[in-house]
Amino acid sequence: MATATARAAPRAGILARPVAPMGIWSWLTTIDHKRIGILYELTAFIFFLIGGLEALLMRSQLVQPDNTLLGPGQYNALFTMHGTTMIFLVVMPLSAAFFNYIVPLQIGARDVAFPRLNAFSYWVFLSGGVLMNLGFLIGAVPDMGWFAYSPLTSSQFSPSVGVDFWVVGLQVLGVASLAAAFNFLVTIIQMRAPGLSFMRMPLFTWTTFVTSILIVLAFPVIAVALIELMFDRLFGSTFFNVTPAAAGAAAAGGDPILWQHLFWVFAHPEVYILILPAMGIVSEVVPVFSRKPLFGYPFMVYAVVSIAFLSFTVWAHHMFTTGLSAIAMSFFAASTMLIAVPTGIKIFNWISTLYGGSIALKAPAMFALGFIAMFTIGGLSGVMHASPPVDTQQQDTYFVVAHLHYVLFGGSIFALFAGIYYWWPKITGRLLGDGLGQLQFWLMFIGFNLTFGPMHFLGVDGMPRRVYTYSPGMGWELWNVVATIGAFVIGVSVLVFIFNAFKSLRTGERAGDDPWDGMTLEWTIPSPPPHYNFVEIPTVAGRNPLWLQKHPELAGRHVPGADPIATDTGHSGSEGSGAESHDGHHAVHVPDPSYWPLFAGAGIFVAGFGVLLSAGGNLSLLAVTGVGLFIVIVSIFGWSLEPVNEPVQA
Amino acid sequence: MQQVASAPPAHPPTHVEEPSTGLNNRKVLMWAFLGSDCMFFGALIVSYLVYRGRWQGHPVPTDVFDIPYTSVSAFALLMSSLAMVLALAAIQRGDIRRLKIWLLTTAGLGLVFIGGQIFEFTTFGHEGLTLGGNTGGTTFFVLTGFHGAHVSLGIAWLLSLFVQAVRGQMAQARSLDVEIAGLYWHFVDIVWIIIFTVVYLIPI
Ligand code: HEM
Ligand SMILES: [Cu+2]
Repeated sequence: MATATARAAPRAGILARPVAPMGIWSWLTTIDHKRIGILYELTAFIFFLIGGLEALLMRSQLVQPDNTLLGPGQYNALFTMHGTTMIFLVVMPLSAAFFNYIVPLQIGARDVAFPRLNAFSYWVFLSGGVLMNLGFLIGAVPDMGWFAYSPLTSSQFSPSVGVDFWVVGLQVLGVASLAAAFNFLVTIIQMRAPGLSFMRMPLFTWTTFVTSILIVLAFPVIAVALIELMFDRLFGSTFFNVTPAAAGAAAAGGDPILWQHLFWVFAHPEVYILILPAMGIVSEVVPVFSRKPLFGYPFMVYAVVSIAFLSFTVWAHHMFTTGLSAIAMSFFAASTMLIAVPTGIKIFNWISTLYGGSIALKAPAMFALGFIAMFTIGGLSGVMHASPPVDTQQQDTYFVVAHLHYVLFGGSIFALFAGIYYWWPKITGRLLGDGLGQLQFWLMFIGFNLTFGPMHFLGVDGMPRRVYTYSPGMGWELWNVVATIGAFVIGVSVLVFIFNAFKSLRTGERAGDDPWDGMTLEWTIPSPPPHYNFVEIPTVAGRNPLWLQKHPELAGRHVPGADPIATDTGHSGSEGSGAESHDGHHAVHVPDPSYWPLFAGAGIFVAGFGVLLSAGGNLSLLAVTGVGLFIVIVSIFGWSLEPVNEPVQA
Repeated sequence: MQQVASAPPAHPPTHVEEPSTGLNNRKVLMWAFLGSDCMFFGALIVSYLVYRGRWQGHPVPTDVFDIPYTSVSAFALLMSSLAMVLALAAIQRGDIRRLKIWLLTTAGLGLVFIGGQIFEFTTFGHEGLTLGGNTGGTTFFVLTGFHGAHVSLGIAWLLSLFVQAVRGQMAQARSLDVEIAGLYWHFVDIVWIIIFTVVYLIPI
């Protein structure tokens, strides 16, 4: 297709502008939301394999009683890294991959509001992921569980620097998530195509929007908790320390329960940060594959918003066994049960969308249906431990492990695979094989239920979680064997997916613009989309604009007279040049590549690394952190001095 | 990947259409950031309040507070917000000379506050209130220290605007840059009013 030069000459600023259109530097300096989306996707998938390997090791250890494959310390390290990895390095960034790739396309924009900030988010995320896992290299792996309960994390009880890797890694990941969330918030508020009002936005864009709000409000709380923990460990403060740092000093008087409050004020919204994007994906896939618009769209939107609001009022349901007052217990039990209402509304709306539809059981639809079923089971066990007396029985048993995997794996991961199968053709231009997709689905579905279904029984039988082994004769042998077999079946299903992906990239069927007969704007443009996404910014006249255009009878309300997706030519005045088409294209401006996001991300890495170096006890090594922050500051200057190719606003 | 012909360099390029809401992107970003920062300070203030009155040993923060002294520096910070408003008004009128004066005044008053905080921290330290001594010292120093870090960042920001003004790079058209810095500055100021009230003034 027509290609002309990128932005002509490198211009002023501290560094020349990178210009290579292809090759490694073009990826390192890219600020194209689509490429950043792909980077997120690939990185998160690698972490998925690592986290999965950790899980398989754990399951191998648990296959028989008194097994000695792993020692207790190794097992602790594995479940900590597995949980942390799956939450922060797999589900969140896989969702972020779709935020990046899909949301600008769904709202008819050429990029996000702050493309360089977006690249910065990715590099900071990568830094955080690496810092978190660096402990493996020196044998100091975090081993206190993904919720890092105090006082286990104090220097007294965890003298190894493993905890510090976790603290620093998570802090850096938080910066990445916050930067991305600000960006998507502004993008969705500000960059919707003309006519795309909030109540016309696709549900996935809605969930991205609400998830971003949750990140903006929840992550600062964990940032504070981590700062406090870091101060306790590095500088001897007493936020959570019960015992004095120095021998002979007065009792420190810290309260470990404070950590639990701060952590769960963050971490309950966090679980909705993990599930809302998944719900958004399912809300895109289900209508397309049942050829009916989403049932009860406004209620879906209200449900998402009220779930988000309620998610800040339920945190202490994780703390029913810490001795809360009866009033507090009742409040948190009630608010937790209340969340089941909007959640139930969503489930019934998906089912109603399916009802009477002509359902095409393609791979994306299979994963979406799997999501609905598995998430419902996980939701039901969730309501069970909303009740304090029941929870007291279930806490720290395998019942909770079963629950959290039904929502996180049966929920988020199944939905993310639905999204991968659904949007892969848009991203690569080729379809994933449907036969292999079905095979992967059934292997994963069966393996998943074999692994985690029996954990309900084990939990009710009293098998404790986070313990590296168990004694024979407890009646737990059979279900543990079944769970381990199931885990390896899941492993095989992931291999099938990898095979399918490579096969599709080489010989996959060409997808065309709109392989699923989709309803949203991303299917109006070529696959893969051109650099600039839309030749002309579309104007949207209703919900499901592409169906309005193709199948007005499907799209529900018909808007008489209005062209469902008009391309608004009168708008091109703000595109800078108002230029004529050139080789069949309008002159469109897309953001220029930049080195600065990469450098700033690297600076954050160095800063985090400095904290880790000094965690050994030598605080003068904090100078390395200073160097890192200096790099960040220089980068920010370079960034702001670089000629902006961003909104020139009056 | 496809590239697209660029406009003749004479035209200022942009890839962004009209914003959907008529607001400016960077301003919306700043509002979102401030919302987030509310939760940040909220968590720090709660950490302080949780331990208030349950401190063990002496001295505790209330033993060493010097309310008149801190009131003076709080007043300086409060006045800096007034100067900030005047700076914004100046650039909106295109009066770059006054802009420079008021930016410098704002940053200067901020520096007075930071100087006051450094002196206060040192004095408290001499009187025995330390980071690791008890939960009072811990929560007090981390809360007010992070507020001080916010103020310092704001000073650096204001000074960089000032330098640009001196170098002739500020014009009426860039009043938004001053407005956004002002949003941040006023926010940090309001946070101090809350901290000052909750931490210093309200008796246990
Ligand atoms: C191959 C699939 C998987 C297997 C076999 C597996 C297995 C396990 C096991 C054995 C534990 C430790 C239980 C204990 O001793 O307390 C665990 C914990 C956990 N898993 Fe998975 N898991 C898998 C996938 C996932 C996924 C996809 C997610 C999230 C999206 C996830 C999230 C977690 C979390 C949050 C924990 C809790 C960690 C902690 O207790 O600190 N897992 N998993
Ligand atoms: Cu929760």
